[in-house]
Amino acid sequence: MFELAQPILNGILLGGLYALIAIGMSMMFGIVKLVNLAHGDMMILSSYLAMVFSTWLGINPFIVLVLTMPAMFVVGYVFQGALINRVLGKAMEPPLLVAFGVSIILQNFLLMVFTPDARSIITSLSTQSIVVTEYLSISVLYLVNFFTGLLVIVLLYFFFQKTYLGRGIRAASDDEVAARLMGINTRRTYGVAMGIAMMTAAVAGLLVGMTFTFYPHTGPQYLIIAFGVVVIGGLGSIKGTFVGGFILASAQLLGAHYLGPGIQLLSGYVVLLIVLAIRPQGIFGSV
Amino acid sequence: MNSDPVLRVDDIDVFYRDFQALWGVSLEAGRGQIVSVIGANGAGKSTLLNTLAGLMQPQKGTVHFMGESINGLDAYETVARKIALVPEGRRVFPRLTVYENLMMGCYARRARGNRENNLEKVYELFPRLADRHKQMAATLSGGEQQMLAVGRALMSEPQLLLCDEISLGLAPVVIKEIYQRLRQINTEGITIVLVEQDIRQSLKVADHAYVMLEGKVVLAGDPKEMTEEQVKKAYFGV
Repeated sequence: MFELAQPILNGILLGGLYALIAIGMSMMFGIVKLVNLAHGDMMILSSYLAMVFSTWLGINPFIVLVLTMPAMFVVGYVFQGALINRVLGKAMEPPLLVAFGVSIILQNFLLMVFTPDARSIITSLSTQSIVVTEYLSISVLYLVNFFTGLLVIVLLYFFFQKTYLGRGIRAASDDEVAARLMGINTRRTYGVAMGIAMMTAAVAGLLVGMTFTFYPHTGPQYLIIAFGVVVIGGLGSIKGTFVGGFILASAQLLGAHYLGPGIQLLSGYVVLLIVLAIRPQGIFGSV
Repeated sequence: MNSDPVLRVDDIDVFYRDFQALWGVSLEAGRGQIVSVIGANGAGKSTLLNTLAGLMQPQKGTVHFMGESINGLDAYETVARKIALVPEGRRVFPRLTVYENLMMGCYARRARGNRENNLEKVYELFPRLADRHKQMAATLSGGEQQMLAVGRALMSEPQLLLCDEISLGLAPVVIKEIYQRLRQINTEGITIVLVEQDIRQSLKVADHAYVMLEGKVVLAGDPKEMTEEQVKKAYFGV
């Protein structure tokens, strides 16, 4: 019994990180019905940015966020404003293709600049852990990941519920024309929303970079995780993203525990399939 | 008519791609007036209001509001100039609460300072909205949604209130109530332009009326001086 405590605990902690990876994509789907295929690559781009600032320039990884978050906001704002907004409302496919194109360009750009070598962001946290009992220890880095993910998502929730801009973004996603009639510049609002989504990707990118190794082509791997989380939890739902993260991560780690590490990914997707079969709109989804 | 109109529409043509929806339409509204635009389905009434609100742009002609041209301004910019549209079909934000919908009404920076005051006024005007302020707008009845749409428009402190088919699909009692409220709003000096298919209500409250047919204004004047025969002829084009 005790031996199950470790994978379940790790699943919950990793779930927080998965939710953080997915939240930006889920949010943009909810707002402009965009499936941002470049989300994973954007996140890896911010991992590289964080690596440059922290490992190469020697800045503390968490202070690096002060630089990478605004940088990623600008990237998101321009990505939405200069590319996605132009093809929005034409059909489902054009924005999808633009995002796919950006994904390919980003991967090759990273390959050119950083070479295909494996990288990671060095931090003293990764070797520390809190030993609870003989059977249970908590990785400090996982704990940091979890609480950072929780914090970002709670902040995001309050932003959408309480601020004019957050409510305006929700209003624009409900009815674009009516939102314009309220005085909301919807195009600019979408840009800001993507900027915010990319800020969450910047945080996720830093944490992923500290926890795992990454390559220029790692993006799609996390895109698939984000998809899994979002499909399980329900598209566009903030609560759902969190729950989806827990379920996917727990499924992976329990699968690895019982059937061996090779089964980890498979067991995650089996659970994904089960959720899809029983509740295709996701646990908290409405569409 | 008023020598210094709040709203002056001068000979505008409006197109949906190749289809011309408005042909040289001119219209005026004086300060504090209620102006009624009536016409059958497809006469171009909604197109006219959408153009005034900035959702569409005239290819030809000008629109002046309070002496300034508003040609080329998008809908989000006309709100800042104190024009508010209650759109056809109400278009409240279904997944936002009643309160949040009203807060969206004062999204324009200029209206944010007075929001507590205005919110109180709207709740006074439509007490049912106050009772339901925490409810999702999607769960309201049609009449309540229409009240919400009007209240939301008022939150932006408009000088000109454009109402598109506000009686559509509502019970007669509700229509009566909404029209009473419109009169009340009007007495505070807000100019109102009403677009309706239902002639009776809107002509009763109007100071000035326009009848549209196939994208053109075919009859204009004081509704009290219009005979039923005249209106019918203009409305149906027979």
